[in-house]
Amino acid sequence: MNESTQAETAAGPGTLEAKSSEYIQIRDFSFFYGDKQALYDLDFNIPEQRVTAFIGPSGCGKSTLLRSINRMNDLIDGAHHQGDILVNGNSVFDPLTEVISLRKRVGMVFQKSNPFPKSIYENVIYGLRVSGRKRKSELDQVVAESLQGAALWDEVKDRLHESALGLSGGQMQRLCIARAIANKPEVILMDEPCSALDPIATGKIEELIHELKDQFTIVIVTHNMQQAARVSDFTAFFYLGKLIEYASTEDIFFNPKERQTEAYITGRFG
Amino acid sequence: MKRFFHNELDTLRSHLMLMGEKANDAVNKSIKGLTEKDIDLVNNVIASDEDIDALEVEIDYEATRYLTLRAPVASDLRLMTVAIKASHDLERVGDEARNIAKRARKIILKQAGYSEFQTIPDMAIMAQDMLRDALQSFLHEESERAYQVMEKDEEVDQLNKANIKAFIRMAKDDPDLINRFLDLIFISKSLERIADHATNLAEEVIFLTTATETRHKAALEPKKESRESE
Repeated sequence: MNESTQAETAAGPGTLEAKSSEYIQIRDFSFFYGDKQALYDLDFNIPEQRVTAFIGPSGCGKSTLLRSINRMNDLIDGAHHQGDILVNGNSVFDPLTEVISLRKRVGMVFQKSNPFPKSIYENVIYGLRVSGRKRKSELDQVVAESLQGAALWDEVKDRLHESALGLSGGQMQRLCIARAIANKPEVILMDEPCSALDPIATGKIEELIHELKDQFTIVIVTHNMQQAARVSDFTAFFYLGKLIEYASTEDIFFNPKERQTEAYITGRFG
Repeated sequence: MKRFFHNELDTLRSHLMLMGEKANDAVNKSIKGLTEKDIDLVNNVIASDEDIDALEVEIDYEATRYLTLRAPVASDLRLMTVAIKASHDLERVGDEARNIAKRARKIILKQAGYSEFQTIPDMAIMAQDMLRDALQSFLHEESERAYQVMEKDEEVDQLNKANIKAFIRMAKDDPDLINRFLDLIFISKSLERIADHATNLAEEVIFLTTATETRHKAALEPKKESRESE
C-alpha cells in the first residue's frame, strides 16, 4: 500500500455524510487461530448508518474480522487477538462487556438462514424472551415492527404462529433479519446473507439492506462483487489477512488505487 | 420489483430530456435572434451554452456511475451507452447554436437592416422539429418516430447545398460583403449539422428500443454486397 492510501485508510474513506465516521473502530487488530495469524494490524473505522462491504478471496480474513466485531470467534479453541475493536466508543473485548449484551447490540445474519424450530412469532421475540420480557402487548408490537422492518410482515401476518421452518429460503433469511432487529441493535453484521438465495430473494434482501441503513450500521461480507457495488457505501478489500484498500464503493469499483484491488475486482487475480 | 437504484434511471432520462430541451431552445433563440435582429437573444444563447456543457458532464457521470455500481444489462445497459452518446450529440447541438449566435451577432452589429436569409429560417424549423421528434421518440420509446426523423435529414442537406450555392453567387455579385455571406454559409452549415445530430439521436433511440444498428448503413451495405458476390 502506498503512503497516501495508508493515510486515507487510517482515517477512513470519508463519511458520505454519515453521523459518525468512526462508529466501529478497529485498532491495530490482529487475530490468530492458534499459531496461524489470520489478520494483520488492521486499523480503520466503519461509519455509522452506512453499509460497509468486506470483499476479498476466500481465506483473506474478511469473515474472521466480521465475527470478531461481536466476538463470535470466542468459541474457537486457541483463537486469540491483539489490538482492539470499539463499537460506539466501547471496547468489545473489555472484561466488563457481557457477550450476550454485546450480541444484542451487534446482531448477526449468517450465510445459511438459521431459524429456530419454533413459530415465526417466537423466532422474532426469542431475544426478548431470553431477557425475561413477557408482556403480550409489547411482544406483539415488537413482532409487528420487526417483521415490517424486515419487509416480511405482509407475507406472514396471517400465519405468525405457524412453524418458521415452512418459510421459503428468502423468507427465512428475512425472518433472521427481523429477529436481529427485534433486539434493537446498533450494528447488523451480515456474512454472505444472499449466497444461498435465488436472484429474486437476493433482490429483496438487498432492498432491505438499503432501507435498514437509515437505522442501523451494517457490515456485509460478500463474494458477489456486483452485490457489494449495489448495496454498500464503502468497500474494504482484504488479501491474506491485510487491508489492501478501503474507500467509497464508487472509488473502489471505478478507480481503485491499488494494483491488487484492480486485479481482484476485474477478475485478473491469481 | 422496483429496485432502489431504478430511480437513477429516471433521473438520467429526465436529465437527457432537459439537456435536449435546452439545446433545442438555444437553436430556436439563435435563429430568432438573427432574423429579428435581437442582440440580447443571441447573447443569451452564447452565455447559456455552459449550462448545456455542464449537463453533458453530469449525464456522463450518472451513466458511468450506474455502469460501475449497478451492473446493468439489456435495455438498462443500452440506455447507458446511448446516454453517453446522446449527451455528446446534444452538447454539439448547443455548440452549433452558439456558433450561429456568434455569427448572428456579427451580422446584426454590422448590417442591422440585412434580411436575405434564403431558406435558413425553414431549415431551422426542420432541424428543430427533427430534434424535438427525436427527443419525444426517446421519451416515449417510439422507434417508428425515430425512423421518420432519419428520413428528413436528406431534405435539410439539400436545403443547405442550395443555400451555399445561393450565398456564393451573391458573394460573387457583391464581393465587398464576402464576410456576411461566409457567416450565412456557416450558419446554414450549422443547421445542417444540428439535423445530423438529431439523426444520430434518432439512431440511438432505435438502438435503445430495438437493439438494431442503423448507423453508417450506406457504408456498410456495399461492403456486405461485395462480400456476398465474392
